[in-house]
Amino acid sequence: MRDPQREHTSWRTLVLATALLAAVVGTTVLVAAASAKPTSQGATVKVGLITKDATNPFFVKMRAGATKAAKRLGASLIYAAGKSSSDNASQIAAIENMTTAGVKGILITVADGKAENAAIAKARKAGVIVIALDTPTVPKSATNALFATNNFNAGILIGKYARAATKGKKVTIGMIDEHAGSSVGALRHNGFLKGFGIKKNSKLIACAGNGEGQTAPSQTAMENCLQKNPKINVVYTINEPSALGAWNALKKAGKSKAGTTIVSVDGGCAGVRNVKAGIIDATSQQYPLLMASRGVGAVVKFAKTGKKPSGYTDTGVNLIAKKPLVGVKSKSVKYGLANCWG
Amino acid sequence: MSERQPLLEARGIVKRFGHVVALDGADFELYPDEIVAVIGDNGAGKSTLIKSLSGALQPDRGEIRLDGKPVRFRSPGEARRAGIETVYQDLAVAPSLDIASNIFLGREARRRGPLGRALRMLAKRTMRREAALHLRELQIGVQSMSQPVENLSGGQRQGVAVARAAKWAQRVAIMDEPTAALGVKETRQVLDLILRVRDRGLPVILISHDMPNVFELADRIQIMRLGRRVAVVTPQTHSMSEAVAIMTGATRGELELTLVKGRPAQLPTEEDA
Amino acid sequence: MNATDTSAQPLWERPAIQQVRRVLAAPAVGPLIALLLTMAFFSLKSDRFLQGPNLSLVLQQVMVVGVLAIGQTLVILTAGIDLSAGTVMAFGQIVMTKLAIDSGYSPMTAILLGILACVAFGMLNGGLVAFVRLPAFIVTLGTLNIAFALTHIYSNDLTYPPGESGASSLPSALLFFGRTFTIGHTDVTYGVVFMFVLFALAWFVLTQTAWGRHVYATGDDAEAARLTGVKTGRVLLSVYIVAGLMYGLAAWLLVSRTEIGDPNAGQTTENLDSITAVVLGGTSLFGGRGTVIGTLIGAIIVGVFRNGLTLIGVEVIYQYLVTGILVILAVSVDQLTHRRRL
Repeated sequence: MRDPQREHTSWRTLVLATALLAAVVGTTVLVAAASAKPTSQGATVKVGLITKDATNPFFVKMRAGATKAAKRLGASLIYAAGKSSSDNASQIAAIENMTTAGVKGILITVADGKAENAAIAKARKAGVIVIALDTPTVPKSATNALFATNNFNAGILIGKYARAATKGKKVTIGMIDEHAGSSVGALRHNGFLKGFGIKKNSKLIACAGNGEGQTAPSQTAMENCLQKNPKINVVYTINEPSALGAWNALKKAGKSKAGTTIVSVDGGCAGVRNVKAGIIDATSQQYPLLMASRGVGAVVKFAKTGKKPSGYTDTGVNLIAKKPLVGVKSKSVKYGLANCWG
Repeated sequence: MSERQPLLEARGIVKRFGHVVALDGADFELYPDEIVAVIGDNGAGKSTLIKSLSGALQPDRGEIRLDGKPVRFRSPGEARRAGIETVYQDLAVAPSLDIASNIFLGREARRRGPLGRALRMLAKRTMRREAALHLRELQIGVQSMSQPVENLSGGQRQGVAVARAAKWAQRVAIMDEPTAALGVKETRQVLDLILRVRDRGLPVILISHDMPNVFELADRIQIMRLGRRVAVVTPQTHSMSEAVAIMTGATRGELELTLVKGRPAQLPTEEDA
Repeated sequence: MNATDTSAQPLWERPAIQQVRRVLAAPAVGPLIALLLTMAFFSLKSDRFLQGPNLSLVLQQVMVVGVLAIGQTLVILTAGIDLSAGTVMAFGQIVMTKLAIDSGYSPMTAILLGILACVAFGMLNGGLVAFVRLPAFIVTLGTLNIAFALTHIYSNDLTYPPGESGASSLPSALLFFGRTFTIGHTDVTYGVVFMFVLFALAWFVLTQTAWGRHVYATGDDAEAARLTGVKTGRVLLSVYIVAGLMYGLAAWLLVSRTEIGDPNAGQTTENLDSITAVVLGGTSLFGGRGTVIGTLIGAIIVGVFRNGLTLIGVEVIYQYLVTGILVILAVSVDQLTHRRRL
């Protein structure tokens, strides 16, 4: 026979649980929504910014720059990022949702050169302009415009420096990239090769690994490279968090700062401090704040005047090195610290 | 003395689990129209013997005969197809499915026509109706046919398991500890149910620890110890305490002295009682 | 309990209340209420939410995970779990696109082979779980990595189609599910319709056929099912094979949506989201209880949150916070109302 006691409890807990569920869900989202920027419907221009991930200091700075620029221009910024530097699905969803939310333009650092193109095309068809920041899409024409460092150039600069720094010495090169579909990764990598004066399949390159653009995975990649060839003394890294990870691995393997040449790209304040400390020998400094503010400015201009941005705008790059070398133009660490981001 | 052929018999069943010998040359007979109880202390091999008869286990050695013909059940499904249904100690019902689903589990009825043939759609209402009818015949009372079996009381769940066996069993119904977890009233219900099953023409093999129940229901009682059959008694020839004594080894069963592996001794039949 | 004097009955025993209780305790009602509450909330906060185009968008964003989750539901109903869902789908997707472009297979053949590749993984999973009796968690953890590796090896880490091509050069058959038809002002994607069709089929098979009953019985208590004569080994194998088929179909949907073959697909988002959808839909991880309709609702809830939060300007990162809370709540409510043995 039915147990009345059991039924009683079940009914009560059902009501309780449903109420609890509704309460917590509602409260959480209300609290979250309360911390969102106030949006007055209609008048304010909405700008979307999508980065690869939300934790890399480069993207953090880019977002800060965009937020500041938006505030200055009276626009509002909607931000989204992937879970990792190769998370395409989140970026695609973000593009679609921002378009529905009514943004006038989207600034995006694409995780993959091609994966987001379909979504970008849809957004553009809906009248939203899309500007690629830092990383170009493949082909470049998928977006309205590109505001970026000339990443190839950035690679050339550090390649030249690395060559000059090791002149006369026997070199064994390790390259720490990020995932294969990264267009910015390919540009910097190939730029380094050109600057150093070697070809893709040069015998001087002992190893190439995927450090995912982050410190810990880069350390693992470097450790594995060192296992393969312990004589590596020149290391190209795609960005400064990666360089730090590579240095950790080299240090553990007993290498000295003087005996290794590590070059990188970014010019973040933490990275420039590492240049000062001798961990990174040279880094190409780029200007994410500039990318972000120029990007926001372009969207607001489009919203106000209908003029669409186009083409490639070089936001500039400078080589920062502690020790200047003959034949390679570089700026001092002092300059680097003064203009760094992060 | 008329030599009736046993409906189901087992000879010299040996079953080992690793180093443990659960059955050490056990024998068994079941004649039509009777309830045979298998009793024994823990570890005597009752459940293992029953599982060998129901196809849940495969014996390492020995022979099982149905209607005099040797059979080997490689799965519970094969035993079922041979007409042997089992109610296991833990009931083996699907808790979240309803009563009708459980009764028809593995033997679901499909709709007639293309819906049943092409789409293999179930005839749910038919199954529910038949299950309800069957339960009523066996006088098992439930409030609603559509509730999951786990919501039923212990006795009702037992009733469903017994009803399932009774519905499908063509030749034999085996019941392993059917009243183990039940209260007095529910035990009474299940005992009456088992008698009703027997009265409908289905012989029953019963395992039970409960001596009063055994002595009330059984026509013959097989006593096991240490993986073998040590005696076969009837409620008329022995008392409960005598049976328990044989079970625990305090008294030697008559088969223990004469048992030679593989060859049964003279067994008492109902005529001798 | 046969009181004839209804006024003396406690509130929860009255017939009308009994009816309400029965409805509320029906499977998938809890998730449905949660979904309706969520949609009500977002429609209040943003007037763009409840519009046709936006809702169509949400469903498009949900369709890949939704179909994956059908397979996942089947597996979880048998008290297993399939960690390889996302990466197997990614592999199928790469096989489809690569065969269509590089190897010159006809598009439909390529699609079929891609689906077959996923089914093959399903057979591997099912065989190991059903007949070698390995735990599903471990087996699918293994195939997750195998599929991931094969995806990258086979695609050479390239996004398909390779090269600088602009508009997608994938054959139109592969993109079929991205095409739309219009109802009023809204574009409805074929893929979304297909997802609903698949869910309807899954519902039918699970509730109206013997196989469906056997799936539930096997998950509920596998030994009891076996003793009752259900061929649990075959049931388990077939569940994983059908799941593999779903992953293959999801791969086709993914290609239609992104218009590329993406070797980085399915690693985190789709994989975990498929499990989240199943749990939010009220299916017990211990097997034997749950519905595919619940899974559909669960998948839509996640999609609604992602979309809604962006619309009201809340950062997408909060979506993860809310999803996490919801999952825990869903499991707790489930446990409390149905007293399951979780």
